[in-house]
Amino acid sequence: MKQVPASLLTLLAGVMITLISFWVSQHHGLLPEQASAQAPLVDRFFNVMVTIATALFLIVQGAIVWFIIQFRQRAGDETDGVPIEGNFSLEILWTAIPAMIVIGLGIYSVDVYEQMGGLAPTHKHGLIAHQTAALVAAGDTAEPTIEPSPQYGIGAPAAESARAADLVVNVTGLQYAWLFNYPDSNVTTGELHVPLGKAVQLNLSAQDVIHSFWVPQFRLKQDALPGQATVLRFVATKIGTFPVVCAELCGGYHGSMRTQLIVHSPEDYDAWLAENQIAQSSDLQQKIAVTAEQSDAEMLAAYARAIDINAETLTQLHPNSL
Amino acid sequence: MQGSTIDPPETTLDEVVPSSTELHEEIHTDLRVWGLLTFLISESLMFGGFFASYLVLRGESAAWPPEGTEVELLLPTLNTIVLVSSSFVIHLGDTAIKKDDVHGLRRWYIVTALMGAVFLAGQVYEYLTLGYGLTTNIFSNCFYLMTGFHGLHVFIGLLLILGVLWRSRRSGHYSISKHVGVEMAEIYWHFVDIIWIVLFTLLYILTIF
Amino acid sequence: MTQVEDFRDVTVTDGSHNSPPKAWKWYDYFTFNIDHKVIGIQYLVTAFVFYLIGGLMAVAIRVELTTPDSDLLDPNLYNAFMTNHGTIMIFLWIVPSAIGGFGNYLIPLMVGARDMAFPRLNAIAFWLNPPAGALLLLSFLFGGSQSGWTAYPPLSLVTANTAQTLWILAIVLVGTSSILGSVNFVITILKLKVPSLRWEQLPLFCWAILATSVLALLSTPVLAAGLVLLLFDINFGTSFFKPEAGGNVVLYQHLFWFYSHPAVYLMILPIFGIMSEVIPVHARKPIFGYKAIAYSSLTICVVGLFVWVHHMFTSGTPPWMRMFFTISTLIVAVPTGVKIFGWVATLWGGKIRFTSAMLFAIGLLSMFVVGGLDGITLGTAPFDLHVHDTYYVVGHFHYVLFGGSVFGIYSGIYHWFPKITGRMTNETLGRIHFALTFVGTHLTFLPMHHLGLQGMPRRVAMYDPQFTTINQLCTVGAFVLAASVIPFTINMIWSWLNGAKAGDNPWNALTLEWTTSSPPLIENWEVLPVVTHGPYDYGMNPQNAGVNNDQTIPVT
Ligand code: HEA
Ligand code: HEA
Ligand code: CUA
Ligand SMILES: [Cu+2]
Repeated sequence: MKQVPASLLTLLAGVMITLISFWVSQHHGLLPEQASAQAPLVDRFFNVMVTIATALFLIVQGAIVWFIIQFRQRAGDETDGVPIEGNFSLEILWTAIPAMIVIGLGIYSVDVYEQMGGLAPTHKHGLIAHQTAALVAAGDTAEPTIEPSPQYGIGAPAAESARAADLVVNVTGLQYAWLFNYPDSNVTTGELHVPLGKAVQLNLSAQDVIHSFWVPQFRLKQDALPGQATVLRFVATKIGTFPVVCAELCGGYHGSMRTQLIVHSPEDYDAWLAENQIAQSSDLQQKIAVTAEQSDAEMLAAYARAIDINAETLTQLHPNSL
Repeated sequence: MQGSTIDPPETTLDEVVPSSTELHEEIHTDLRVWGLLTFLISESLMFGGFFASYLVLRGESAAWPPEGTEVELLLPTLNTIVLVSSSFVIHLGDTAIKKDDVHGLRRWYIVTALMGAVFLAGQVYEYLTLGYGLTTNIFSNCFYLMTGFHGLHVFIGLLLILGVLWRSRRSGHYSISKHVGVEMAEIYWHFVDIIWIVLFTLLYILTIF
Repeated sequence: MTQVEDFRDVTVTDGSHNSPPKAWKWYDYFTFNIDHKVIGIQYLVTAFVFYLIGGLMAVAIRVELTTPDSDLLDPNLYNAFMTNHGTIMIFLWIVPSAIGGFGNYLIPLMVGARDMAFPRLNAIAFWLNPPAGALLLLSFLFGGSQSGWTAYPPLSLVTANTAQTLWILAIVLVGTSSILGSVNFVITILKLKVPSLRWEQLPLFCWAILATSVLALLSTPVLAAGLVLLLFDINFGTSFFKPEAGGNVVLYQHLFWFYSHPAVYLMILPIFGIMSEVIPVHARKPIFGYKAIAYSSLTICVVGLFVWVHHMFTSGTPPWMRMFFTISTLIVAVPTGVKIFGWVATLWGGKIRFTSAMLFAIGLLSMFVVGGLDGITLGTAPFDLHVHDTYYVVGHFHYVLFGGSVFGIYSGIYHWFPKITGRMTNETLGRIHFALTFVGTHLTFLPMHHLGLQGMPRRVAMYDPQFTTINQLCTVGAFVLAASVIPFTINMIWSWLNGAKAGDNPWNALTLEWTTSSPPLIENWEVLPVVTHGPYDYGMNPQNAGVNNDQTIPVT
């Protein structure tokens, strides 16, 4: 009589926990929209972790609540509890199951990382943090000067990152703005414009302190480090305007170091590029002189000259900084 | 002085009383040495941090040391010989006190102190004649920081040895059964020596290649 | 003396090693005292004062963040508050109270020693803390250090140099204190244990402190090395971290996290130790899986040394490192889980007393799991790329630090308050305190996860207006937390002065500290105790239930 309900209850609880966990993982609504090829990979991975975490959460919290209600001290009872000092098989069980879960998660995360392009072969690293190092979600071999050597090849590199990038943009972080330079077309802007569906490679660097390039809708982030080139590669999958956020503390106005990433259809992108190429061929010197009168841009003027940018760019940079 | 005695609870009272002073002494003898060793393990990791940083920075630069920064070799080698042999000398002092020979202790500790002083003087001389300073380049940054930090430790070791010498003037302060201070100074001196050997390898020998 | 008399009531007449006074006067607590119990109290009280100061800074932070604009504080001042909030909370509240406070007070009592191995060193270690705090506060005169508690160069090289230098000196002081303290703990536990206490009877708190000390000894000096390099870069023209002159900015991050990741375990392992003491006593059950819990502390200590790069997944670390450290990080969940499950299982079949200490312990159990599961998600490189340096991380670490460490410290204070002061705390105030803290913590830190996932970076004084509502919710929570210290403070002061007399062993606990008087004699015991049973033998001896812990009676 007693046995059956107990095991039934356990089964029921197990089913409930599983169902709730899956439901939560699909309906938490915590993540922003997905706008890059990497985003769905990250989100699926996150949802798996949410499932596991919810289940573990329910089990542990459920046990706590149940035990403290069931085994609370009753009025007048001054005796001790049952002297159980342990249970070997139970202990093995709760060592082994988490071990399996984390090993599974570990393997899965390597897999996701690889699909995101993070493990694409890169050239040799002598030591940690060698100047060329650091590929994030986009480990890349596109640059012709780089000798690929499959040193980190856990599996083959993702097909998409193995081919050369369609568009390369040089990104410079400085207090408190991002500068985007398109080397192929010699355009420099304060906002990042990219075409939909193309492999884009960002070569990141920093002028002064560490900054970090983050587009939440892309689920991608990479630090821009002074003295150390880093790379970030992605494919945008949604037309629209997305925030570019600096995620690494870089000074008082770190919070206002934001700009936009605009994903165009390929045609719109070409139009935008053409327009800007014309605009930027006009006299630079004069425009910078004009800018110097705008107090907003004063602080940036020195940098502007150094990096050779024009007035439009400067006014785009952070109206709200300072 | 440190803390208090442990009464061995299993023994009967009449045993406890006579033996308690001895026990006291013995336990604390051990503990200070243990404490020092623990501390030195920890301290060596600070040097470990410096060494690792040095190797990283070295691995990243094309020429190490950079053009125009010559590492002096002769004097440091002599210095190394002095310091390494001083480790043997100080041990003679320790051996002496274990034979209750306070004079031997004093003799050898004085020699060690002199050798330590010679080392430090050599270091200072090297600094003065090198032709580059702390801020010249990344190599010289590392060079001065690491040797300087080590030099500071030699200096502290020297003070410990001088402290032992000072105390040893009082007769009976150190004896065959009571010489923890002597041992601690010795251990510290060996530590300084070992660090130097690594340092010498990294800063001098490795730069030849 | 061998009589079975209750020696605790007997006045000490023999002057053998009781040359110090019978009891300390109030002013002894303000002096360079070498009694481990005085030092423990000094640590706890000083740390709590710093908690209030750090909490005040947190309140300023939260008030600033009620609106998206930077209106209350100048952004640089905001950064100074943020930096010093983190620094003070970690280095002057959690570490000194959990390790210095409880460790010093309890370790000698638990192992049956009269004091720590090196009492004078112990006092020196304590007295390095107040000047460190003073330096941090002083730094505000020079603008305050503004580069976060992580002080990454180049930012730390270019902002408020004097303040940053003072910050470095402060950290070096507390670091030294931590090393000296750890030497003391290791030697005390290994060498001063009373012989009749077998290793497998060593209270789990001692194992935890042992693991903590080893970790501190191995990691703190590396931080010191990094900070010395930083100090030279700021003040003496070197360029270790200046890329334009051949330095490397990421090198600092390795040196920093090699210490600071283990530092988070420094802040939780002693707390785990407290949990292992509090739960069995108030659940009236032996701890479930003594060995597993003891070993898991040591495992966490070892594995914890090899996970530091999980703070640097976006810092330009090569892919193999990201993968290696992902996996090592996840492994930490296993020994931690062993502990969590062990405590939950300890509750099973108990007779749980809902004392304030137990409430906080159960609260911790529940909260820490949330923070720990967050931590696991952070540990995976692909996901961490998204949430690194966002409020998701802020949410994670406040759950483990507040929901974990602070709850544990509160639990410990309520549990040992009767021993320390000889008086009971007020349970009603304790419950109010618990309720406010529990609600406040969730209210403040749970919504932060959502903020981070949606795109709010941390360490910002101004943010995207879409996040306003959630931020205001967090601010309300912060005020609830601020309110929660009021019943606690009243409880502490009032109970210390007027609380009901506690007696030697109000909880009927079985560890050695409860065998002496409350507060304990200056050298802890008249005669050192002989251990006759394990530390968690609750319910083992039915006729003994509820009877005082009587292990000092030498059996013949
Ligand atoms: C008390 C302090 C404390 C503790 C205990 C932890 C515990 C953990 N932390 Fe956390 N952490 C911090 C304090 C702490 N952390 C701080 C202060 C920061 C921010 C630093 C800064 O940048 O300013 C930080 C940041 C931080 C990061 C960097 C995030 C980033 O900046 O991008 C990461 C990434 O891996 C991480 C991971 C973990 C993990 C895996 C654990 C694990 O130890 C957790 C293990 C526990 C559990 C998992 C729960 C219980 C277990 C079970 C119920 C068993 C079953 C579980 C599974 C099978 C998963 N932490
Ligand atoms: C154990 C550590 C600990 C604790 C307990 C806390 C407690 C709190 N923390 Fe903090 N926090 C950190 C450790 C901790 N924090 C760290 C390490 C950082 C990272 C810093 C960095 O990025 O470098 C951080 C960062 C941090 C941030 C992010 C800042 C940013 O990124 O811009 C925020 C924001 O809300 C915050 C909030 C809070 C709040 C509301 C509390 C509350 O729990 C506080 C509750 C308040 C009180 C308990 C005070 C009440 C007292 C009074 C009102 C009276 C005072 C009276 C006198 C002084 C006489 N903390
Ligand atoms: Cu740039 Cu933050
Ligand atoms: Cu960590």
